[in-house]
Amino acid sequence: MAEAKIIAPQLQQGAAILSTQRLCKEYSMGEITVHALKDVDFELRKGEMTVLLGASGSGKSTLLNIVGGLDRASSGQVLYGDEDLSLFDDKALTNYRRHHVGFVFQFYNLISSLTARENVALVTDIAPDPMLPDEALELVGLQDRMNHFPSQLSGGEQQRVAIARAIAKRPSILLCDEPTGALDAETGKLVLSVLDQVNCETQTTTAIITHNAAIGALGDVVVRMSSGEIAERIVNSTRANVDDIEW
Amino acid sequence: MSSLNMKLLRELWKLKGQILSIALVVAAGIMSIITMRGAYDSLVIAQQEYYRESRFADLWVSVVRAPQSLRATLEGLQGVDAVDTRVTFLATLDLDDSNVPAHGRFISVPAMERPILNDLRLTRGRYISSDGVDEVIINENFALARGFNPGDKVRAVMNGRARDLNIVGIANSPEHTYAVPPGSLYPEDDRYGVFWASRRMLGPVFNMDGAFNEAFLTLTPDANADAVIESIDDVLRPYGGLGAYPRADQPSHLILQAELDQNRITGAIVPFIFLGVAIFLLYLVLGRMISTQRGEIAVLKAFGYTDWEVGRHFLMYALVAVLLGGFVGTGGGLLLGDAYVGVYGQYFKLPGLEYQPSPQLLLLAFSSCMVGALSGAIAAVRRAVLLPPAEAMRPEAPARFKPGLLERLGFGKLLGATGQMILRNVERKPIQGFLSSLGIALSVAILTIGFFMFDSVNFMMDLQFRKIQREDVALVFNEVQPESVRYDLAGLSGVSRVETQRVMPARLRFGHREDEVVIQGMEQQGELRRIINSAGMETPVPTSGAILSRTLAEQLGAGTGDELIVEFLEGKRNTEVVTISGLVDDFLGMSVYMSKESLWALNGESGIASGAFLAVDESAIDDLNQQLKQIPAIAGVASPSRMLQAFQDQLTEGILIAAGFLIGFASIVSIGVVYNAARISLSERGRELASLRVMGFHRNEVAVLLLGEQAFIALAAIPLGWLIGYGMTYALTGALQNDIYRIPFVAEPRTYLLSAVLILCTAVASGLLVRKKLNQIDIVEVLKTKE
Repeated sequence: MAEAKIIAPQLQQGAAILSTQRLCKEYSMGEITVHALKDVDFELRKGEMTVLLGASGSGKSTLLNIVGGLDRASSGQVLYGDEDLSLFDDKALTNYRRHHVGFVFQFYNLISSLTARENVALVTDIAPDPMLPDEALELVGLQDRMNHFPSQLSGGEQQRVAIARAIAKRPSILLCDEPTGALDAETGKLVLSVLDQVNCETQTTTAIITHNAAIGALGDVVVRMSSGEIAERIVNSTRANVDDIEW
Repeated sequence: MSSLNMKLLRELWKLKGQILSIALVVAAGIMSIITMRGAYDSLVIAQQEYYRESRFADLWVSVVRAPQSLRATLEGLQGVDAVDTRVTFLATLDLDDSNVPAHGRFISVPAMERPILNDLRLTRGRYISSDGVDEVIINENFALARGFNPGDKVRAVMNGRARDLNIVGIANSPEHTYAVPPGSLYPEDDRYGVFWASRRMLGPVFNMDGAFNEAFLTLTPDANADAVIESIDDVLRPYGGLGAYPRADQPSHLILQAELDQNRITGAIVPFIFLGVAIFLLYLVLGRMISTQRGEIAVLKAFGYTDWEVGRHFLMYALVAVLLGGFVGTGGGLLLGDAYVGVYGQYFKLPGLEYQPSPQLLLLAFSSCMVGALSGAIAAVRRAVLLPPAEAMRPEAPARFKPGLLERLGFGKLLGATGQMILRNVERKPIQGFLSSLGIALSVAILTIGFFMFDSVNFMMDLQFRKIQREDVALVFNEVQPESVRYDLAGLSGVSRVETQRVMPARLRFGHREDEVVIQGMEQQGELRRIINSAGMETPVPTSGAILSRTLAEQLGAGTGDELIVEFLEGKRNTEVVTISGLVDDFLGMSVYMSKESLWALNGESGIASGAFLAVDESAIDDLNQQLKQIPAIAGVASPSRMLQAFQDQLTEGILIAAGFLIGFASIVSIGVVYNAARISLSERGRELASLRVMGFHRNEVAVLLLGEQAFIALAAIPLGWLIGYGMTYALTGALQNDIYRIPFVAEPRTYLLSAVLILCTAVASGLLVRKKLNQIDIVEVLKTKE
C-alpha cells in the first residue's frame, strides 16, 4: 500500500479517530493457545487522553501494539479513519507508524550515539510536517539540555526527550507504554505533567498504558482491562491535576 | 549433560553463522599450509628421489668435438666421481600434419645397457636394443601431445637426410622434467620432442664416430665444484669446450627450482594472513559474547563456579570453531593439495610425484592454527574470568558518545543523523574498527598480490614478444653461415626483411669475478631485434663496446666504462678486452649485447652469422615453413607469436585456477570479518534499531544504519589493503628474483579496481546475510525489555 493512501482523519474533537471491533489476538505457546485479546471493542477519540489500566498479562500491551501498528490481530478490525489496519501489509504499517503514531517506551529507547536534539531530528527528518526539534524539546522543558547525549541525561530527562521525539512529528496518536515505569514517583510525575501539557496544548490523541491505578485520574477516559477483555470503561467528568495524584 | 554444556550447545546453534564463518577462516589457514607446504615438500621429495634414482649429473659441458679417449682423462680429474659422454644434436622433424617446423633433440644413449648417469625412466615400451639402429625412445610429453605410441614411426631430417625412426619406448629424463625448445621459454610439446637413440646410429649421422660433443659427470662428496669446472675447461679447451656448468644452471633444473622457491615463499606468507584474521575474529566474537553475558557470568560465579570453569565454558566456543575449521581445512587441504600437485605434474615430469604431506606437517598445520586461534580467544576469555561477580551483576556502563573529530572540524552538519550515528559508532571503538578494517584490508591484499603477479607476468611477456622479439620467425643455424646467407633467406616465400645475428658463448671476467654468458651480436639499425629496457624504451645498439644487463653487471661488480676480459668459448677461442658502454634494466636472462661488427672485430671473424630473424608476410607463412623444413642448415625455427600463444594458453589456465583460489580465500576472510562485525553490531544495537522500526523507519533505512558502519569500515579497508598488497608484492618480487628472470613490479589500475570491487561484493553479500537477520527482529519485544 502506498504511503499517500493513509490519510489522517479530519475529525471534530471527541469523534473516534481509531476504533477496534471484535478484536481477537491468539498466541500459540507450544501446545497451549493463549487468548491475549477476546472480542475487544475499543476506541480512541480525537484530542482525548485515554488511560489503559490493567495488571500484567491483562492484554493492554497487546492492544496497544495492535493499535500502534506493531502487531497484527488474529481477527477483528482496527479502523483508523476509514482505513482498516488489519488489511495493511508490512510496508503500509511502517508508513502508518512513521507518519501517524508517536511512541513513548518504558525504557526511553533513545539512540545512545545521538544527542537529545539529534534524537528528535531523527524523527522530524522523515516526517512530512514536523515541529522543529528545538521546539519539541522546549515543549518538554529541555531547551538547555539539547546537546547532551543520553548518557549525560537523567532518567526523567531521557523520557522527556523520548516524548519530544514522539510528538515532534505531530502524530495523530501518541501511544505511551508504561512511561513512568522506570522512574521514581517524583520524576514520574514530571513526565506525566509533560504528557498532560502536550495533550492539552497540541490536542494530540493520547493513550497511556499503566498498571498504576492512580494515573487513571489524569485521563478523559479510563479503560480497565482484565484477562484480554475490557472490564470497565469510565469517563472522567474532569481530569485531575498531576500534582493532586499520589502513589 | 551438565547444564553449562546445554547452554553451550544451544548458544552454539544460535551463533552457528558466526561460528561457521570463523571455522572457514581457520580452515583456509590450515588448508593453505597443507596445500602449499605439502605440495612443496612433495615436489622436493619427488625431485630428490628422481635425481638420486636416475643418477642426475652434477656438471655438464658441451664441446665441438672431443675424442672418446678424453673420457678417461675426465674420470681421472680430482673430485670427479663418474663420467659419461654422448652425442647430441637438434634435428628437424617431418610431421605429416604440421606445416609448422618441429624439432627433436637427439641424445645418444648406450645400446642395451642403461646410461650410467641421467638414466631414463621408461613409462611404456622398451629400451633400445643393441642391433636396433633406427630405434628411438621419445619423451612422454611429446608422445602425449602427438599421440605417439611404441610401434609408431616418426620421420626426422638428420644432417640433411630424411630417416624413418621406430619408436620403441616412451620415457622421462631428469634433464627434461621441463622440456623447452631452444630459444623458447615455455614447453611446446607438440613441436619439440626429446629423442634418445643409440650411439651407433647418431655417431655416424653427425660425424661423431669415436667422439662426443657433450660430457656430464657427478662429483665426489668432498669435491670443489669450481675447481673441477676449471680443470674440465682446461682439458676440453683444445676441442672446443664451451665451458662446464653446474646443475644449478641446467635449464630444466633451473626452472623447476625457481618454481619450488616461489612455492616455499608464498607458502610461508599466506597462512599468516588467515591466522591473523582468525585470531582477531575469535577475539571479537567471544569478547562481545562475554560482554552480553555479564549477568550470567556473575550468576555462575555467585553459585560457586570457579574461574577456570567459567573460562573453559567460553573457550569451548572457540574450540568448536577451531576444531571444525581444523577438520574441514585438513580434509580440504588434502584434496586441494592433490589437485595442486596434479597441475604441477602436467608441466614437470617427475615420475614419483605424488601429493604426500607428512603426518608432521598435518600436525604442525593443525596445532599452529589451534594455538593461534585460541590465543585470540584466551585474550577475550580473560576478561570474563577476571570480572568480579559483584561488578558483573551490574549492567555494563552505558555507551558514552561524544562528537568525533570530523564533527569538531565542522563536517557534522553535512552528515545528517544517520551519518552521525555511523561515524560516532566507528569513532567510539576505534581499535575494533581498525582491526575490522585491517582484516578486510588483508583480503584486499591477498587479491592485489595475486593480480599483481599476473600483471607482472603479462607485462614481461608483452615486452618480450611484442617489443623485443618483433620478428615473425627466428632461425637458428646448425653451423655458422657466411653473412651472405641473408640474400638466400630474402629470396624465400614472403620474406620482407632479414636480419642476421652472431651469438657467441663467452666467459666474462672482472677482477676475481666471472660469469658465463652468450654475447649477442646484433644489427645496428635492426628493427626486428632491439635492446629494450624494462620500461619498454629502446637503447641503441652501441657502435663499440658492450651493453650488459644491470643484474649481470652487478654480479660482476662492474659498471659503465669498466673493461671486461672476454674469453670466447667458440671459434678461435681468443681472449680479448671489451668496454662496458652501457647498462640496461631488463627482465630476462643475463644479456650482453654488441653490434655484430664489433663482435666480429673482437673474435677475429668476418661476416659470420649463427642465426637470423625474418619479417614475413602472413599469407606466405605456410609456404615459408614448408621451405624451411627442407633446409638442413637450419636447426631451429621459432616464432614469437607461437611462443606467446603457448605461454598464454598455459597462463590462462593457471590464472583461472589461481584466481579461483585467491577469490575464494579472500572472500572467506572478508565475509568472516564483515559478517561477524555486523552480527555483533546487530546484537549490540538490536534494541536501538528495533526502536527505530517502531518509530516508523523502514527496513532499508534501519539496514543503512547498521550496515553503514560496516560499509565505512570496508571502504576504509580498501586503500589500506592496496597499500599492504603493494608492499607485500614488492617484497615478494624481490624474494622471487633469480637468474632466469626478474619479475617486474607492475601494477595495472585494473588490479586495484578488481580487488576493490571483489571485496566490496563479498562485503555486500555478508551485509545481505545480516540484513536477513535484521528483518527477523521482534519489534514488539523492544517495548518490554531492558538491556
